[in-house]
Amino acid sequence: MSVETKIQYLIIGNSAGSIGAAEAIRELDRVGTVAIVSDEPYPAYSRPLISEYLAHPYPLEKMLYRKSDFYEKNSIQVIFGEKAIAVNPAEYTVKLQSGQVLHWQKLLLATGGAPIVPDMEGVNLKGVFTFNKLDDAKAIDGFLSEHRQNPRAVVIGGGLIGVSVTEALVKRGVAVTIVEMKDWILNTILDVETAALEADVLSKADVSVITGHTAVKINSYFAGEVSGITLDDGRALPCDMVVIAIGVRPRLDAVAGSGIKINRGIVVDRHMLTSSPDIYACGDVAEAYDFVIGASRLTPIWPNAYEGGRVAGLNMAGKTTEYAGGTVMNALKYFSLNIVSAGLVAPPDNTYETIINRHNGIYRKVIIKNGKLAGLAFAGDIEKSGIVYNLMKDGVNVENFKKALVADDFGLASLPESVWRSKLSRPAAASVLITPAAPPEEAVIGD
Amino acid sequence: MKKVYVKEQVCMGCHLCEVSCLLKHARTDDLVKAYKKELPRALSRVRVDENGIVSLSVRCEHCADAPCIRACLTGALSRDPATSLVMVDEERCIGCGTCSLACPLGVPKLDKLQKKMVKCDLCQDKEIPACVAGCPNEALVYMEEEPDVKRAVADVSRN
Repeated sequence: MSVETKIQYLIIGNSAGSIGAAEAIRELDRVGTVAIVSDEPYPAYSRPLISEYLAHPYPLEKMLYRKSDFYEKNSIQVIFGEKAIAVNPAEYTVKLQSGQVLHWQKLLLATGGAPIVPDMEGVNLKGVFTFNKLDDAKAIDGFLSEHRQNPRAVVIGGGLIGVSVTEALVKRGVAVTIVEMKDWILNTILDVETAALEADVLSKADVSVITGHTAVKINSYFAGEVSGITLDDGRALPCDMVVIAIGVRPRLDAVAGSGIKINRGIVVDRHMLTSSPDIYACGDVAEAYDFVIGASRLTPIWPNAYEGGRVAGLNMAGKTTEYAGGTVMNALKYFSLNIVSAGLVAPPDNTYETIINRHNGIYRKVIIKNGKLAGLAFAGDIEKSGIVYNLMKDGVNVENFKKALVADDFGLASLPESVWRSKLSRPAAASVLITPAAPPEEAVIGD
Repeated sequence: MKKVYVKEQVCMGCHLCEVSCLLKHARTDDLVKAYKKELPRALSRVRVDENGIVSLSVRCEHCADAPCIRACLTGALSRDPATSLVMVDEERCIGCGTCSLACPLGVPKLDKLQKKMVKCDLCQDKEIPACVAGCPNEALVYMEEEPDVKRAVADVSRN
């Protein structure tokens, strides 16, 4: 195949990272061919919204991440419903499941993550689900629609996906029990205190939470259908359906054996470039730079996928751009409780300082090391958490005003003048912001 | 684009910008009704931060690099190609708060009842934003931004 017929920018995957890259490429190059391959049949949709889809009627149009004419308007070829099965870096090709071989000049791997399903008896029974994509939500929706009585569900795993599906199931009238292996739910993104606030709203919604245990077996009394689970302590929990939400792993199938360097995910540098020239990776499949730990790791969250994809796209289109780095950052609003967290949730050792302000359902916590922020968790009132997050991102030394960061009246004015000034834009004639010194005072009394 | 700037030297923290903004977003034109009768009470998109003698009237700056747009989980936030304003599509916003966490000024305001985020649109239906018009001390100015602030090519392909 000649160079001319090669796809200039080929993107595998069609979610946040992929769209971030496509938008960046189109900012720089309006004519180069861009193609997106996805094994899902849908235009890019917001994955976090699958719980809304499951909870109540929610049209796909409202879930779309970009307007429906996005691909057409940006001249992006789409190959949907097709899985990429083998990347060949030497030949500059990608083989699809259909047998078709695509030739490319720059490749982005934005294949995302796949749910981890443990090797456990009963995982193939009818009524066992995962919850990562729209088709998963559709499958559960179909199951619930067929089910006559009020179903009972066990959700294995109390992380973001587990709590997210729980909220949707509760709204559908399902009685839910969450089984979490660790000591508290959402343990990778929340500290004990905010997790306790979350557990409290779950309990008010009649959700049972079992921590410190895990499921060892999914039971079946009727041909191929779920009847319950057995926990590691031998306890049996009857249920009609099970959602496995113990985590996601990078989807690496297409790169296996390609020689592209893989650790837990695809290893990328600060330009989102893999070990192979002209092949980039981003999102849940990539191990990208985390500015809090100062090293690369998997941070499978939506905003980082978009950001990493954007940087990959700029580099693919020839504009050398460094990824500033992301870290774990999450905003939750399950059962209407707002919580945000970012960076570390618990200090790993005693070289960190923790400052907490908690009262009346309001919780504000920052973690500091050597004068710089390493983590934050806000619950109840999360507005202005962005000021703190950005101080962490920018590596601002907060030693002199650290207590103000968790104060009830915290705001921009709590920061040193040089810091708040740098955050506000200035008008064309900056002098208008300066009021000349007042003239000598004249006593004016009455008229 | 035109933006609102605060003259910190003369902003005395009276919070009338918040009052004007709230009234602008209330269903009624009557200030007392907006505060006392309308339930839920409308939300101000402007916030006054104070610390001793420093007070700052803060609202969305419609940043060139708009971290809120990039962080938005649903695609509800985008830049309006015609006006360059950062706008939220309330139909698609779920009020998750990710934009609040991403915003360097922490300005996205969560309407907890509607489960939506609300933000400043610089009063597109008015010549001068309500907060500027209502500032008794002329501490708010509405004018073009500093010319050397380059708009990132960002978001042009978005729409």
